[in-house]
Amino acid sequence: MREVTYLEAIREALWEEMEKDDSVFILGEDVGAYGGAFKVTDGLLKRFGEWRCLDTPLAEMAIVGAAIGASLMGMRPVAEIQFSDFMISAFDQICNMAAMYHYRLGEPVPIVIRAPFGGGFRGGPFHSQCAEAWYCHMPGLKVVAPATPYDAKGLLKASIRDPNPVIYFEHKHLYRRIKAQIPDDDFMVPLGQAEVKREGTDITIVTYSAMLHHSLAAAEEIAKEGVSAEVVDLRTLSPLDKATVLGSVRKTGKALVVYEAHKTFGVGAEVSALIAEEAFTALDGPVARVASLDTPVPFSPPLEEAYLPNRDKILKALRDLAAF
Amino acid sequence: MPYELKMPQMGISISEGTLVRWLKEPGERVARDEPLFEIETDKVATEITAPVGGVLTQILAEEGALVPVGTVIGTIATEGEAAPATPRATPAPAPAAQPPAPAAATVAPPAATPPAAAPSAGPAPATAPGRPGAPAEAGWISPVVMRLAREHGVDLGQIRGTGFEGRVTKKDVLDYVARQAAAPAAGPAPTPAPPTARPSVPAAEALEEIVPFTPMRRAIAEHMLRSVRTSPHVTGVTEVDMTRIARYREGVKEAFRQQEGASLTYVPFVIHAAVAALKAFPLFNASVVDDRIVLKKYYHIGVAVALDDGLIVPVIHDADRLDLAGLARAVADLATRARQKKLVPDEVKGATFTVNNLGAFGNVIGTPIINQPNVAILGIGSVVKRPVVTEDDAIAIRHMAFLCLSYDHRVIDGGLAGRFLQQIRLGLEQFPLP
Repeated sequence: MREVTYLEAIREALWEEMEKDDSVFILGEDVGAYGGAFKVTDGLLKRFGEWRCLDTPLAEMAIVGAAIGASLMGMRPVAEIQFSDFMISAFDQICNMAAMYHYRLGEPVPIVIRAPFGGGFRGGPFHSQCAEAWYCHMPGLKVVAPATPYDAKGLLKASIRDPNPVIYFEHKHLYRRIKAQIPDDDFMVPLGQAEVKREGTDITIVTYSAMLHHSLAAAEEIAKEGVSAEVVDLRTLSPLDKATVLGSVRKTGKALVVYEAHKTFGVGAEVSALIAEEAFTALDGPVARVASLDTPVPFSPPLEEAYLPNRDKILKALRDLAAF
Repeated sequence: MPYELKMPQMGISISEGTLVRWLKEPGERVARDEPLFEIETDKVATEITAPVGGVLTQILAEEGALVPVGTVIGTIATEGEAAPATPRATPAPAPAAQPPAPAAATVAPPAATPPAAAPSAGPAPATAPGRPGAPAEAGWISPVVMRLAREHGVDLGQIRGTGFEGRVTKKDVLDYVARQAAAPAAGPAPTPAPPTARPSVPAAEALEEIVPFTPMRRAIAEHMLRSVRTSPHVTGVTEVDMTRIARYREGVKEAFRQQEGASLTYVPFVIHAAVAALKAFPLFNASVVDDRIVLKKYYHIGVAVALDDGLIVPVIHDADRLDLAGLARAVADLATRARQKKLVPDEVKGATFTVNNLGAFGNVIGTPIINQPNVAILGIGSVVKRPVVTEDDAIAIRHMAFLCLSYDHRVIDGGLAGRFLQQIRLGLEQFPLP
């Protein structure tokens, strides 16, 4: 066991998969000489050379398009989009090409698109968004969003080995803040499996990525008030692990979905609808959501604080649900 | 058609009553006007006689059950009808592990029960009334609570809710089921559990005792709360010289006691003066319906009577038709029978104005709460001897009391209330003594 940061866990996954499989290579803006905007790919150029660590022009559509082409030629590219906000520029390649290619032509597109996302660091509207729901809506894509170093490494390795296009949302705010012990061996976290990060009996919190940590903090706090919250970390958003979510809600009878994206039409809406459809007779209260406001992400620090979910907002929602 | 026995309306504001005892078994013959069952509401406890003669064929409400007014509680096959007797309604089909239904169950479940006029406004669950899980008054029912109630054969009306607006939560049901399973089968009827305390305060049970509301306490609580919510209360106070009345009362009270077996209080004098004032000021003998004032041309005076465990307001109907002696007898009779719980339902209904003897507890001044749907209530404090400055600036010892009038400021303003009070004061000071 070693202690690594969330960022180091991602780098290790890339490194190990590139060591193991010559068809794995990375491409993106500044991933080579500069080592990546956040230094995730630092050292990879030196170790694997410029043919497996490609610096690209500032053209997201070209990055994803090249990755798709390479994958069709038998490679397993890992594209980095410097900020997930700019992945919209490649939306056509992702949704109309990568997601549908196998359906239309029978050819798998085993690409991974790494996309740093999320706010909390005063990045403003173009560098803080959480647009995961757009991609979750698209059949043919898998979408993951790890919250811990273990899951970050295990899910990235699983994503690289998966034959489908996978959007890998890594949270910028967690890069160096979250550290944990991880095993030394070649472990993977299977796609499509949520994990109960904290067991409880009274309320289920369904969450993922950075909000896992706020949710755990809120769960700890409300435990002092005699309310036992269970925290389910989705880890993979698409395909959604229905069994784990529904199993937890059937146990507790109440559910709160916590996510950093805009509240409306988000992952929380899908999870809420799933619970209402398939666990209705287990419900002892309304399914609640805590999410960001339906506005662009503010630059201003106090405004961004007001915009984002946090421990106290989650705690309030938990208290309301507990009292219901 | 068998005759359907219904829970009688025992008072205008009464919505439910407890079926205390059946005096007949199913299959037994009952004559018309023969006592058939006993009920108790928050106002009265009384025997109810059979409205028709025949054979009691079915008992649908268990003894101890709290039953909404109008609910069918049994059936009588009238003469000429040969209906087989059905044994007492059995509780809902329960799983084998289920303990016997508690004696305090509400309306027994057979489908013959019509929808109770339950005041709960929550979305009606998609369950036929009378099935287990369909409570008379359990508030909003969540899907899981409905399912658990059905699975465990639980009557939600028996469970005290601890959730939002008193709703029964999943935990409440599970706790109840666990308690039922733990309770000795032959034990007394379990009382509804108090809200479960948070686990962090284990010592509370030793330091606090939890006393569930009696039906009367609940009725008083609801009525008082409704009154202060409904009427903006203002209390005006004036001082009245009761010396003449006090001297008169002193002279006749022994004779009155011997004749009537009760003491002559100041209350009949106050009622007499109040009725005269009500005739002069019709707005005080009224009620408010929506945005209209209903002026009443009859004078039914409620008299608050303190009981050991609460309070009741029997009513002297048509008090304007009684002279002082008649009022005195009525007050004494109602108070005595109120304490013996022998009032009949009509005697606690229909007050148009209410009088409250604050002096009974040694108070000189009080701020009474209006007896809805009245618009005013008059309290009289203790009559005590006080030094008073007379009109010719001498100091005299007089029998003085305070008249305290609480009125509904929606319809009565201060000036009018002041004049009304003065009218009563004059009525008492210049009382037409016999």
